[in-house]
Amino acid sequence: MSSLLDVRDLSVAFDTAAGRFNAVQSVDLTVASGEVLCVVGESGSGKSVSVLAVMGLLPPTGRVTSQEIRFRGEDLRTATPRARRRLIGRDVAMVFQEPTSSLNPCYTIGWQIGEALRVHGATAPSQVRRRVLDLLGQVGVPAPEQRMRSFPHQLSGGLNQRVMIAMAIACDPALLIADEPTTALDVTVQQGVLDLLVGLQRDRGMGLVLITHDMGVVAQTAQRVQVMYAGQVMEEQPADPLFAHPRHPYTAALLDALPERAEGKLRLPTIPGMVPGIDDRPGGCLFAPRCRFTTPKCTADRPALRPVNGAKVRCHYPLDDAGQPTGWTLGGST
Amino acid sequence: MIRHFARRLALIVPTLVGVTLLGFILVHAVPGDPVEVRTGERGISPERLAYFRHELGLDQPLWKQFADYEWQLLHGNLGRSLVTQESVWTEFTTFFPATLELGICALTFALVIGLPLGVIAAVRRGSALDYGLIGISVTGASMPIFWWGLMVILVFSVALGWTPVSGRIDELYYIEPHTGFLLIDSLFFSDDKGAFISTVRHLILPTIVLGTIPLATIARMTRSAMLEVLGEDYVRTARAKGLAPSRVVVVHALRNALIPVVTVLGLQVGALLGGAILTETVFSWPGVGHWLVESVQRRDYNVLQGGTLLIAILVMLVNLGVDVLYGVLNPRLRR
Ligand SMILES: Nc1ncnc2c1ncn2[C@@H]1O[C@H](COP(=O)(O)OP(=O)(O)O)[C@@H](O)[C@H]1O
Ligand SMILES: [Mg+2]
Repeated sequence: MSSLLDVRDLSVAFDTAAGRFNAVQSVDLTVASGEVLCVVGESGSGKSVSVLAVMGLLPPTGRVTSQEIRFRGEDLRTATPRARRRLIGRDVAMVFQEPTSSLNPCYTIGWQIGEALRVHGATAPSQVRRRVLDLLGQVGVPAPEQRMRSFPHQLSGGLNQRVMIAMAIACDPALLIADEPTTALDVTVQQGVLDLLVGLQRDRGMGLVLITHDMGVVAQTAQRVQVMYAGQVMEEQPADPLFAHPRHPYTAALLDALPERAEGKLRLPTIPGMVPGIDDRPGGCLFAPRCRFTTPKCTADRPALRPVNGAKVRCHYPLDDAGQPTGWTLGGST
Repeated sequence: MIRHFARRLALIVPTLVGVTLLGFILVHAVPGDPVEVRTGERGISPERLAYFRHELGLDQPLWKQFADYEWQLLHGNLGRSLVTQESVWTEFTTFFPATLELGICALTFALVIGLPLGVIAAVRRGSALDYGLIGISVTGASMPIFWWGLMVILVFSVALGWTPVSGRIDELYYIEPHTGFLLIDSLFFSDDKGAFISTVRHLILPTIVLGTIPLATIARMTRSAMLEVLGEDYVRTARAKGLAPSRVVVVHALRNALIPVVTVLGLQVGALLGGAILTETVFSWPGVGHWLVESVQRRDYNVLQGGTLLIAILVMLVNLGVDVLYGVLNPRLRR
């Protein structure tokens, strides 16, 4: 598997009224072609901001720094805007969380899908039309002939998300980034959209970055998982070992909150507290205020991301196979 | 949608009755009547005065005069000018093309400059350019037309001598009115190319003066509508498609921002006609505004009432048209 996307040491800071806010800190992101990478974390952990930074879609208040952002070896940071636009939208496409507001209310969905085709290699109108119908069929929009003349407000959220997906795959991208594609949808249609994405990924051999806050979605789809928290990567592992042996207490807590793992318990366990925002980022480990195993060392030193048993973990006391923190004593010696 | 229009149409009749009543009251509230104004200082015998008043029906009680007037209107009769004896409708159709020509030029000028200014200010939000444009548009929107008109005349006509001071065309040309629009008549129905050039030169200053307020309003509205739209999710989607920035701004953002701008534009038409009266007075522009102001001086009741009514109908039609346009521009109103 060749590498599609290589992002090293990506940081994003926002200049806000309250000062500088590091929404994303030193994140690495690699995706191989044909691979499904899930980025998981609670809301506010910097998942969207990091992929938007890669796509160059952040508002101007977001300052992006990085060691490298390469797509198929081509450095996106030094590419001319024109060269970048040739990649973005054609070779790298993106699907967003809110399908209905992500589509332009003034144009029919057929026109909007067609635009993606026209921009990247102008084709004859009849050909565009055929391709649009074909795409709508592929994403499972019923009666594409009529639907292509509909405006977004006339369709349900689920159908609009299928339209967004059709638009994203219009130019046969090598990499598809889907940012919480099912979060805003009705529960009854979430599974269908998820299956569609995974099916398309498999059939076309695309790389897929699937962003979610739902470990259940990760379990169904991921080959590799990156767990984010408060702008940092906390853990990274292939999916199977991650579900068997989470190394970071945060990952373990996310897994404990899965309904199927909570059998026999009266209440679904949740992680107490919230993701720290702009004012309340602790100095040491960002997860320390909510962690079961916090020691004075955790609150004093921020751990680095380091390899442990085939995983990468940002924790002073990574969990062993039994789920116990290695080297941990209540007092906090190593 | 249809019910919406039915309601609008049903409102038109009572509105028009209100307009005529208000017009009637205001016209009669002005001291002096057409007969007195015409006799001037030389005086006239009370008998002759009574005779003329009786001729014009001015000796009737006011309610009777109003009822008679409405009755005539109901039969589509706007009456005749008390001064020229010409029918009010004929006079209106003679003067209106000049006003329409000026209004269209002013609105086009305002759109062609105001729209891009608003877009640029929004895209370059917070830059010196943006602040400059905001400053200009605030000044422009509160520009007193009379003063502004005299200023541009002083600078461009008197000091620089670039443009003529008044009228629609040089007096050396006589253009047979075909459409009433001098730009068209002088270009297509006159052999003398100088006529067209003279028409354009006469149009420049009034266009700028009348267009300034709508220009400033359009620029400001466009800017704020664009700022809102540029933060929308679908603009991000458009960028994610790899579209060129200009295409994102014009095809995706501006298309949406136009919806509120058009609404404001519709409201501007009423104000534009008000401005036209002042502009026509400053530039001696032989249009409806000029015609009405003269009839005020002559207390030409029929012209004043008829002219006001026709302008009111016009503004209503324009607003109705803007409503239709709004429906066309905004697909969200479709089911
Ligand atoms: N334009 C912005 N300006 C300031 N802060 C922002 C902006 N966009 C996102 N953030 C902040 O960055 C953090 C990460 O946001 P995001 O990446 O959207 O989280 P999520 O993981 O839920 O996708 C949040 O705390 C959010 O408030
Ligand atoms: Mg998000």
